Amino acid sequence: MTQSNYRHLLSALVQNVPGVLAHISGMLASRGFNIDSLAVGETEDPKLSRMTVVVVGDNSVLEQVRKQLEKIVTVVRVFDISSNDFVERDLLLVKISAPAGGVRTEIRELVDIFRGKVVDVGPDEVMIEISGREGKVQAFIERVRPYGIRELVRTGRIAMVRSGEIKGGSDRFATDTATG
Amino acid sequence: MMSTASSTSPAHAQHVMNGADILVKSLVDHGVEILFAYPGGCSMPMHQALTRFGESIRTILPRHEQGGAFAAQGYARSTGKVGVVMATSGPGATNLVTAVADAKLDSIPMVCITGQVPTSSIGSDAFQETPMVEICRGITKHHYLVTDIKDLPRIMKEAFHIAASGRPGPVLVDMPKDVQLTEMPNDLDPPMELPGYNASTPSVPPEAIRQIAAAIRMARRPVIYSGGGIILGEATEELRTLINKTGIPTVTTLMGLGSVPPENPHSLDWLGMHGAAYANYAVRDCDLLIALGVRFDDRVTGKVEAFAKDAKIIHVDIDASELNKNKTAHIPVRGDVKQVLTELNRIVQKPDISDWQQHCDELKAKHPLKYDTEFDGILQQHAIATLSDLTAEQETYITVGVGQHQMWSAQFYKFRQPRTWMSSSGLGTMGFGLPAAMGVQAAHPGALVVDIDGDGSFQMNIQELATCFCEELPVKVLLLNNQHLGMVVQWEDRFEKRNRAHTYLGPIHHEEARGPSSADRYEYASDRYPNFVQIAKGYGCGAATVKRKADLKDALREMIDSKGPFLLDVEVPYQEHVLPMIPGGATVDDMILD
Repeated sequence: MTQSNYRHLLSALVQNVPGVLAHISGMLASRGFNIDSLAVGETEDPKLSRMTVVVVGDNSVLEQVRKQLEKIVTVVRVFDISSNDFVERDLLLVKISAPAGGVRTEIRELVDIFRGKVVDVGPDEVMIEISGREGKVQAFIERVRPYGIRELVRTGRIAMVRSGEIKGGSDRFATDTATG
Repeated sequence: MMSTASSTSPAHAQHVMNGADILVKSLVDHGVEILFAYPGGCSMPMHQALTRFGESIRTILPRHEQGGAFAAQGYARSTGKVGVVMATSGPGATNLVTAVADAKLDSIPMVCITGQVPTSSIGSDAFQETPMVEICRGITKHHYLVTDIKDLPRIMKEAFHIAASGRPGPVLVDMPKDVQLTEMPNDLDPPMELPGYNASTPSVPPEAIRQIAAAIRMARRPVIYSGGGIILGEATEELRTLINKTGIPTVTTLMGLGSVPPENPHSLDWLGMHGAAYANYAVRDCDLLIALGVRFDDRVTGKVEAFAKDAKIIHVDIDASELNKNKTAHIPVRGDVKQVLTELNRIVQKPDISDWQQHCDELKAKHPLKYDTEFDGILQQHAIATLSDLTAEQETYITVGVGQHQMWSAQFYKFRQPRTWMSSSGLGTMGFGLPAAMGVQAAHPGALVVDIDGDGSFQMNIQELATCFCEELPVKVLLLNNQHLGMVVQWEDRFEKRNRAHTYLGPIHHEEARGPSSADRYEYASDRYPNFVQIAKGYGCGAATVKRKADLKDALREMIDSKGPFLLDVEVPYQEHVLPMIPGGATVDDMILD
């Protein structure tokens, strides 16, 4: 079962110490892993941060990324989120050309459909906030592109497993014994 | 040992312990007896502290920081203990980088301590400031910048724990000068804070052991492929027991030399690019490859898809990320190889492989490692084999540089014990031999330590002859001097129509420095340069040169018997090739035998 362009969501719990982001991103880059997105922030425990990494590649790539992440001393635990039922979000801020009048109304309708928010208005532009799954965010970007995107910024994906037992939470101390 | 009357007691009345003292005390508490340290502005307080602990710890001053770091490696490789090196900030610290990367690739436990500019100056491009942690991230097992004295006792504890446990490796501790000078905190024994690091290797479950035993029982053409992990994991005896119990033909990697004595009837010596032909053939033809503490390095596998392509693969390693990294294993086992072998030896049965054993014996008889014994001068292989014979009965450690002499040493010196062979195998760092020998000698004062070196490698850390003399380290150097970078010359001969491209080590007006050269395999370089005997004598070492075959034994005996450091400059031809040879990325079937 190879899926060479499959996107895997990995979530890594890391010690909140200086340099840990640089260490992880440097490891991913120097080993040539293909990363779609990397998001990081504090968790409920101030001593820990969580990194959400979207890795592109087949299962053997996923396995290596995970093992290499686990090898980093400041990485506490790695979970393969995508093997679970999970919620994922990506936050987008986008500034669109919108002179007052009909265009602005059209944009507001689009924002409503995508359940976004207009968060700032200028003389000839509006700033919009949208969050959701990557596909939705991407779709919104395509819809508003014709109006003229002046600036765009995204957080990268974050994800959380729905209630219940997390599968694919690697126990880094487990024996890696195959069944075959 | 140098010490002054006032510097012998750590509890000197006038002195309040500071960060530097805590660091040095921590070294002492971790059992460090010897370290290699080169001082500078930002590491002076630590050196001052070293003198206060002079009774408990010997500080050896190398002549280049890289020499110090390789000496620490020699110490670590030959003892299994953590090697320690110290340097100042900036250039002192960056001079360690090559040896740190080297230790990472060969899994050598080291703690590298660097001075750093004061915390208030960090980031200001201060004099002798380099971001060592940034530089070393990818080449250390872990790294620390100590910004608060309170963290120091914990960090030192963690550094030694991480360096030595699990798969060993180098740990960097970057110490800003102000932290070195801050007075001590109260708590000198805080707990470690390593929620992401558990060194206690999981116990391999009995099912996995049974699975390995079953695979062995069913195999008809099994081969054991064992590596540096056997030596690092102190599993030599267990490996030998497995071999003797099962009679499975065994190949080792370059890092695994010494774990299986060459006299063992099941030994097929070592495999890879310049390994024995029979080792490579056996792996090509096997139906079960039992890989123990190895990493399927490209110098071993050649074209990885073709490596042991019909075999079922068992792979035991302590590092989970090595499993399925380069080659997919059918039975991947993450665990301590010593535990796995101990338990396996209890249940393993001798497989029915007498045909296969006979086949391997025939391969070994048909394709021996060989050289022209009739040549009337001294060939490199002959010098090494002679040294091997002369030193067979005494405790001897061999270090090497990188290149042809390294490969010949591995082929023709008989290593019978683990930790007696020191080679920069993963990184392949020229200049490794002499400083590594220093470290080995410091750890084993009564033993014979010989750096078998080439004239290219030797000159990369030749300054350490001064350390050998001044620190009373009676290292011997067997210099196989062909005036060329022999391994590159060999590739030029094989693949570039003998066009010399910066591989001659003499003056540039010499014809050998440019253009195609002679195809005479036994040609000597004329106008020898430099005069190594004079150089060695200038450093205070004994030295001699030898060219005639008839004089070799006596010359070697003089070297072995000399009390102090000694260099034996052996004049050898420059067009001899290391064989067999599997060109990079090729397969066993492309092996060049003659």
